Amino acid sequence: MSLEQLTYMFVVGSFCIYIAIAFWSRASSTQEFYVAGGGVTPLANGMATAADWMSAASFISLAGIVSFAGYDASGFIMGWTGGYVLLALLLAPYLRKFGKFTVPDFVGDRYYSSVARVVAVVCVLFISFTYISGQMRGTGIVFSRFLQVEIDTGVMIGMAVVFVYAVLGGMKGITYTQVAQYCVMIFAFTVPALFLTFSMTGHLLPQTGLGATLSNGQPVLDHLDALVTELGFASFTEGSKSKMDMFFITASLMFGTAGLPHVIVRFFTVPRVRDARISAAWALVFISLLYSTIPAVAAFGRINLIETVNGADNTGTPYEEMPQWFKKWENAGLIAWYDHNADGRTQYAAGDAFTGRQHKPIYWGAAEDKVARNFYFNQRHVVNPSSGEFDPQVQPFANEIYVDPDIMVLANPEIAELPDWVIALIAAGAMAAALSTAAGLLLVIATSVSHDLIKKTIRPQITDKQELLVARVAAMVAILIAGYLGMNPPDYVAAVVALAFGLACASFFPAIIMGIFYQRMNKYGAISGMLVGLITTICYIAYFKFMGGEQEDWLLGVSPEGFGALGMVLNFIVAYLVSHLTPEPPKHIQNIVQNIRVPRNTGSAYY
Amino acid sequence: MKQDINKAEQYWHRNLQIIFSYLVVWFVVSFGFGIIFVEELNQFNIFGFKLGYWFANQGSILVFCLLTVAYAIRMGRLDSEFDVHE
Repeated sequence: MSLEQLTYMFVVGSFCIYIAIAFWSRASSTQEFYVAGGGVTPLANGMATAADWMSAASFISLAGIVSFAGYDASGFIMGWTGGYVLLALLLAPYLRKFGKFTVPDFVGDRYYSSVARVVAVVCVLFISFTYISGQMRGTGIVFSRFLQVEIDTGVMIGMAVVFVYAVLGGMKGITYTQVAQYCVMIFAFTVPALFLTFSMTGHLLPQTGLGATLSNGQPVLDHLDALVTELGFASFTEGSKSKMDMFFITASLMFGTAGLPHVIVRFFTVPRVRDARISAAWALVFISLLYSTIPAVAAFGRINLIETVNGADNTGTPYEEMPQWFKKWENAGLIAWYDHNADGRTQYAAGDAFTGRQHKPIYWGAAEDKVARNFYFNQRHVVNPSSGEFDPQVQPFANEIYVDPDIMVLANPEIAELPDWVIALIAAGAMAAALSTAAGLLLVIATSVSHDLIKKTIRPQITDKQELLVARVAAMVAILIAGYLGMNPPDYVAAVVALAFGLACASFFPAIIMGIFYQRMNKYGAISGMLVGLITTICYIAYFKFMGGEQEDWLLGVSPEGFGALGMVLNFIVAYLVSHLTPEPPKHIQNIVQNIRVPRNTGSAYY
Repeated sequence: MKQDINKAEQYWHRNLQIIFSYLVVWFVVSFGFGIIFVEELNQFNIFGFKLGYWFANQGSILVFCLLTVAYAIRMGRLDSEFDVHE
């Protein structure tokens, strides 16, 4: 069977499983639609949370980012796992005891205010739509890379599949499909990593293999550090970011993770408070299985790339001798080569091989077009090569290679010469990662519209059946908008994701924490805190990301990606001060706070 | 009734103590070892890793997992002790 047929088989096969599961566990009440009836076991919920959390970006892009940024990217690894410690210790058990459907529900009830609820709904919608457009784009990219269809067609197929199981199944359908998706994902990610580690070090586990020695007798990381510094890059295991900035970026990602609505809502689906604690622990274990593999995949991938491109004697490899995968991904536009020194050999070092925005290559003519290929060494013709200058003190030659970071996961099985079915598996895994996150986000959007906006704010008199219908319609509309955003992605996706984390961190996290741990917190404090956090974070990110603010002007040297943590601190301070100048919350609210602190008598989620 | 309130307060107090001690560990392994003292720890090399780098990329994840698992077990026991389990 050809690779393409295998890939189709794996992808279509996995889709059929997801839809079958959704049909078998379809929701028939709002309770099932919103929180799966509250009867999910902690283990299943842990898996579903892990699949919900790990997006196309975690699956495809993170290893590549770590591969090229080394230690500087460890903020992502610590931030995206450490946030679960906060969730498990500070949020999940109490929100479960509170027993509502959504995050705005908690904010609105605890602060006895529909203003607070609407502010929360706006934040939820903003964060979720930001995220989901990236996921839709992700499904399109996976389709286009593995199955040679147009990105837009891929987005539409993704929309159709998510439509079927999210709209039909609600949270119940999503939960059980996410369990299946987690299994597909983790298998697809770790199998190539195990093979890769074994072939390079003889170790079985990537986690220990990263500290092992290579066949030349050198430890992996020492070898990699020596390789990259010789080529003019920063050392792999040491940072080049300022300590302050690392600190705040990690903090923003951590607290932001704990404040993301689609993650929090997963803990409403288990029956008891202790199940919420246990399932947070399971979720972190399942997430860690993938995240702890990433540094190894990243390091081995970088070594392989450098040694393949620069050859054993570090003078470059003749283009004709480059392996097949290099040419394949060159055709897909993820790798490009421009022969700066015209020696017919590929050379990879520090610096940009191409000019222009993001230093991506701009091709002339189609990939298959033989005429469009420069006949000089048959390289693909690009129109924006850089000057090719370099400092001979720092590196032996100019960089001639552009590499898209996504390559590290996508091409790994090919670089390691693994069988075709492993490559097909990666496609199914990447698809599972994108779809599971998209579905979780869709549900949060639909719920906050139908429950928080319609039922709780605008038309309280609608029946359960009508509310369910509204939720389904809202999900449909959300899919259409997400699909549109996926096909026409805003230019600034990466910047907007920073914004989503910053907002979750600066708005939700403090409001929820104080709602649980500080009984005296009243609605005035909470609302003014949220607004201050939101506005400062939005302004800071907008100024430095969209309005051309300079790096020298960063406050305390904190980048826009890290500002959410500062916004959070401001939120806490303002909320504390304001709450002390205004009356304490009413008695029945204080009783609620007392009540959520004790596990016994957890009802199922109610209105 | 009075006794119940006292008990609930004691339970909450114990819970806060546990949370605080776990969060200290959480902070030390990630922000402490992984970021603030990373250069100092990188002087040590253990099993082929620079120690600071290891904490930032592997060690912190491992400790996070242990923390959440331990917290779930610890709180399960505390719930039974105070007879507030479900």
